Amino acid sequence: MSAPMSGIATSRDHPWADHAWTGLLWGLMILFLVNIGLMIAAVATNSFARRWLGTWLPDGWTTDWYVSAWKEFQLDSVLMVTVEVVFAVVFLALLIGVPAAYTLARREFPGKKLLMLLFLLPLMVPPITYGIPLATVLYKAQLAGTIYGVILANLIPAAPFVILVMTPFIEQIDPNLESAARVFGASTGRMFWHVLVPLLGPGILAASLLVLVRTIALFELTFLTAGPDSQTLVVALYYSVFAAGVRASQSVDAMAMVYMMVTLAWLLIALRFVNPTQLVSRVKEHPQPA
Amino acid sequence: MSSATAALNSPRSPFDRTLLLVVPAAAFMLLLFVYPFLYGLALSFNPKEGGALANYSHFFTTDNLWPTIWTTLRLALPATLINVGLALPIAFKMRVKSPYQRWATTILVVPITLGTVLIAEGMLTYFGPKGWLAQFLQFFHIYEGAIRLTHNYWGVLISLVISGFPFAFLLILSYITGIDPVLARAASTLGANPRAQFRTIYLPLLAPGLAMCFCLAFVQAFSVFPSAVLLGSPAGPTRVISIAAYEAAFEQYDYSLASAIAMIMGFVQLLIVAAVLGVRNLMYRGPVSGGKG
Repeated sequence: MSAPMSGIATSRDHPWADHAWTGLLWGLMILFLVNIGLMIAAVATNSFARRWLGTWLPDGWTTDWYVSAWKEFQLDSVLMVTVEVVFAVVFLALLIGVPAAYTLARREFPGKKLLMLLFLLPLMVPPITYGIPLATVLYKAQLAGTIYGVILANLIPAAPFVILVMTPFIEQIDPNLESAARVFGASTGRMFWHVLVPLLGPGILAASLLVLVRTIALFELTFLTAGPDSQTLVVALYYSVFAAGVRASQSVDAMAMVYMMVTLAWLLIALRFVNPTQLVSRVKEHPQPA
Repeated sequence: MSSATAALNSPRSPFDRTLLLVVPAAAFMLLLFVYPFLYGLALSFNPKEGGALANYSHFFTTDNLWPTIWTTLRLALPATLINVGLALPIAFKMRVKSPYQRWATTILVVPITLGTVLIAEGMLTYFGPKGWLAQFLQFFHIYEGAIRLTHNYWGVLISLVISGFPFAFLLILSYITGIDPVLARAASTLGANPRAQFRTIYLPLLAPGLAMCFCLAFVQAFSVFPSAVLLGSPAGPTRVISIAAYEAAFEQYDYSLASAIAMIMGFVQLLIVAAVLGVRNLMYRGPVSGGKG
């Protein structure tokens, strides 16, 4: 460590290089964000365009594409399925995830490392890799193609995610509060409802919003397990882009805008309660079992 | 403190019933993650015809199957390197808490939630031959030729960067802000400028985080499916391994072969993760926080 320190004093004599470096980084960042912004704007413009062929702006404006997209893609039923799937996944992930996170945060027991690995693996393996064997099993169990199969498949990454987000939240709560409840004779269940759940409110809210946003955007698992009646919005969007030759591109883009509005609305709600860096904090708190 | 709560329970019951709380989650994971995985592994050794290894020998001798490994790696490795390589210096610049930080992180979350499908549709509109980018470049006479950024290798690579970079950035930012700034301040009193602080303090301490970030970013890029179909040319240069697995399962209905491809995919993925963690082990190991935890 001491050898590189001696080289420090000499490396500060190029201030212009530092400025150029900073400028380059900011330039790249702005280029990235501007292009993404324009990309979204292009989809938005096209969804309102009467006809748009190789000019800066379309010939005329219309909202007809939203009406036709709503009918063509049966968006009302797709949105219903999406809402059902997403809320079922959030509810079930919390139901099994929070108690498990509690045990992992509070207790030491043999096999805990193995259990942590079991909960970390679904986040480290590509969804397609376990999605295909999973779809095979679900087809055997007659669950694939139904909304239950879609919910079960989406729970696989959601439940571990809740566990990994909630564990540090629970670790922050003073165990003496639980001991006090126990001294007064509260059972585990009562202690959970009357002491832990109120204290964990913000954490549970953060975890459920993050699971919600992730589940809306999760494509692969729903794609592999959904049938025609159990498609969520993102899968329906995939099929409409995939068959783009058949549909007017404006109609597809109108659907894309509906999808983006749904995600963005929830994202903005989530950002009111969660710091963006927490979206990925699951790893920060659990670097390695080492 | 866990011993205190354990002692509280122990006189009543010899078995700590709190442990039961983990059972539903563990049972769920065993039933829906481990069991399908083992089932798929067993299924892959039970091909429709031929011996136990027929699927694997079929994969490695068929011309449109085994090259998918390289196709996938040729997309996933550069995408991951670009994402992590760009995210590291930018996150380092933004490590100090400021209004910019909050704004930039908020804006950068948006592409994560857009998802790959919407990014694909947006790119087809924006980067397409008659999109705004092509018009802009031709209007200002920057580039006159036809722009080919969709339906090929570059389209998929760009979409992987768009969806992967914000994720890598947020992850690295949360690692960097987790490093005690006291360490860097101590170095700066000894005359270290930001670049020297980065080289001698942050980089060694970030090594485990970077390895983890590389692995997670690689998982995302490696499982590329929607953008490879929508933005690439799924029959040619962007026929990635997940397309091969999907076709085997849902177009040929050969679940045995599909499971074999999924297993190969998981195996390649684990090889890369193991290699990254191996390199990481050659570097510094130790605490990331300052004097007092």
